[in-house]
Amino acid sequence: MLSRVAERLYWSARYLERVENTARLVSVYDDLMFDLPKNIEDSWYSLIEILSGEDTFEQRYKVKDERNVVKFLLADDTNPNSMLSSLKMVRENIRTTRDVVPKETWELVNELDLYAQQNIKQGINRSNRHLFLNTIIEGCQKIIGLLAGTMSRDAGWHFIIMGRYLERADMGTRILDAAVSLMLNSEPETRIQLGNVTWAKVLKSQSAYLDYRRTVRTSINGAKATTFLLNDPNFPRSLEYCFQQLVSAAQKLPRSNDITKQIEKVMAFQYPLPSSEALNEDFHDHLNSIQLTIIEINGKITENWFQFQQGDAA
Amino acid sequence: MEKLTSQYPSSDFYDELIDNEGNPRPPAKQLLGYLDSLSEEELEHKRTTAEATIKEMGISFTVYSDEGNIDRAWPFDIVPRTIKASDWKVAEAGLKQRLTALNMFIDDLYHDQNVIKDGIIPEHIITDSKNFRPECIGVSPAYGVWAHICGTDLVRDENGDFFVLEDNLRVPSGVSYMLENRAITKRVLPELFENDSILPVNSYTAQLFDSLASLSPRDIENPEIVVLTPGIYNSAYFEHAFLAQQMGTELVEGSDLFVDTDDCVYMKTINGPERVDVIYRRIDDLFIDPEAFDPESVLGVAGLMRAWKKGNVALANAPGAGVADDKVVYAYVPEIIRYYLNEEPILNNVETYLCDDPEQRAYVIENLDKLVVKPANESGGYGMLVGPHSTKKEQALFAELITKNPRNYIAQPTLKLSTAATLISKTSLEPRHLDLRPFIIQAKDTYVTTGGLTRVAMKKGSLVVNSSQGGGSKDTWIVETEGE
Repeated sequence: MLSRVAERLYWSARYLERVENTARLVSVYDDLMFDLPKNIEDSWYSLIEILSGEDTFEQRYKVKDERNVVKFLLADDTNPNSMLSSLKMVRENIRTTRDVVPKETWELVNELDLYAQQNIKQGINRSNRHLFLNTIIEGCQKIIGLLAGTMSRDAGWHFIIMGRYLERADMGTRILDAAVSLMLNSEPETRIQLGNVTWAKVLKSQSAYLDYRRTVRTSINGAKATTFLLNDPNFPRSLEYCFQQLVSAAQKLPRSNDITKQIEKVMAFQYPLPSSEALNEDFHDHLNSIQLTIIEINGKITENWFQFQQGDAA
Repeated sequence: MEKLTSQYPSSDFYDELIDNEGNPRPPAKQLLGYLDSLSEEELEHKRTTAEATIKEMGISFTVYSDEGNIDRAWPFDIVPRTIKASDWKVAEAGLKQRLTALNMFIDDLYHDQNVIKDGIIPEHIITDSKNFRPECIGVSPAYGVWAHICGTDLVRDENGDFFVLEDNLRVPSGVSYMLENRAITKRVLPELFENDSILPVNSYTAQLFDSLASLSPRDIENPEIVVLTPGIYNSAYFEHAFLAQQMGTELVEGSDLFVDTDDCVYMKTINGPERVDVIYRRIDDLFIDPEAFDPESVLGVAGLMRAWKKGNVALANAPGAGVADDKVVYAYVPEIIRYYLNEEPILNNVETYLCDDPEQRAYVIENLDKLVVKPANESGGYGMLVGPHSTKKEQALFAELITKNPRNYIAQPTLKLSTAATLISKTSLEPRHLDLRPFIIQAKDTYVTTGGLTRVAMKKGSLVVNSSQGGGSKDTWIVETEGE
């Protein structure tokens, strides 16, 4: 497989995952805002913080209200990570690699891109937002399903898997971090009430609510929900699972030793979370270090397979 | 509603679907009967289905403009063009004959030049051609074939006879649209495919693959074949990607390839460098190798000509093949066929005046308002003068251009191009002019597509079919009629 093609497949999967995760995030936040007790203050702006988009946002908008935040995350073309920008990148990357993915991929990507562009107002206004975002998520899953059902498990597939799970690991840890910050910044007297709402929503944002119920079989609290999302070996959006997928995809590609060793090292360490008290500043730092590792892994993937120097891979 | 075909106007042109009495021609009989049976709503539904299909399939082409490159949806008319299978067989034989002779001609030009020595074509026509490449002299590509993929433009006159308008031997495009047109039509008019009389078109990519594989310099079971594209911003990128995908080959850009010190071509893969055997290049000669041609080119691969001349890689089409699609050379093609094959040409040429010849030039300049003037080496319909549709000012400009550089211009009488019924509004069929681009592949064997890409001038009376200039397209049906 051409290095350039591998790189584009990897990024198309990353961007597709980003589209889905952005839709999930806005959708669950929307829902959360309805359910939060009136006396708890939180703002849409924390979504911008979760996604590290403060600088770009502030260049563009003065008012940090719901409309601007949602517009920035879903529609803004000056935000390179907005849902529409990400979709555009999926389209551009698939457009230039359509010869190695199932033929229908291009059609589905186009369909999704057209739908998103034509209906973006529904995402920005509140009344139809839920339906709009759900359709986007379904569109992403349709593409993932198409690939799963019809794409050969060749090198291209492994690059798609690496892109998808690295992006998912990235967003998963960001969402956890956001929930932890929300709890840490709240007044102690409202914390229990807030926790009930927040952790259930975090699980739901990852479609993990029912799996948590079946697997953990106790009531929901911060420590348990976080442990599940970090360490569950079977749930396909847990950090553990994402890393497993990264390792097994990398192992099927040439010269992957360095990368798999690094991921395995991160996986070997399990942060102790005996109770929700442990979701403190130290844990926040731990999540930060995972984020840095994710950036490093991306760098290694790029260096190892994409940035080919003439002669040196022979 | 009134029958679609009942108001169809008759004209001086040959309409390929409906004759002058308003009756369907035999290969269109079933098609028109079916269209007549549809209600206005059903017809409109067909049209919107086609539009939606084109969008979903992402069939697009790129138009260059001052505001940047625009990706436009493929303009498509749902009414297919029908051609009788027996008529097509003759054209097919003519196309094979023509390309065989042209390849012998090109091979001769880069070796002994007997065609010049024997006085068939004047030497300066060749040496002055922008597309003659002295770098290619003495090179012997496999089977003596230089133009492996050819897109010949055919038109039909007022009697329905086929004429060759031009030969495209450099990097002809359009074949993917031919295939996609059929895919769209199958979704829009599935009922009509139930009988077997419409011949299939889908073997093209398999034929292309086999032909390219037969060019491999290494005698191995799975030669590495790649499609070389200038990249995403090229107007035919859609097609490059389509062909690579259909053949299961890599779609590469210049930066994916390099020529090593062993003068072999390699591509950069996740496993390291891999040797490339055959390159189906969709980049013009002058950009394929900055070392041999344009040093500014970033599209090509340095050293590619070196590797090709050493026989380490096959290039399709071979560099220098374009010398035979010079429009001045075109005028000599009937003679070329007689010279190399000792046969009479099966397909007619359009009468052509060479401005290079003083007498013919004088005639052309006097009759600019009646003629079509074409530059010898342009494609895509650019730089032309369509006499009857031109202003005095444009004619004066062309008179000047021709006088300055006579070798670069030819002129042809305006043809009475055939028409076909085209769906113009929701309920009306109108005749529109069209041409046909079949594709011919030559390597070890010769193959011609079943029909080709039909392009339609969507504007009433217009003769310009290029999609970059408002042309549309139709599916092309080669139909076996009863009694054949």
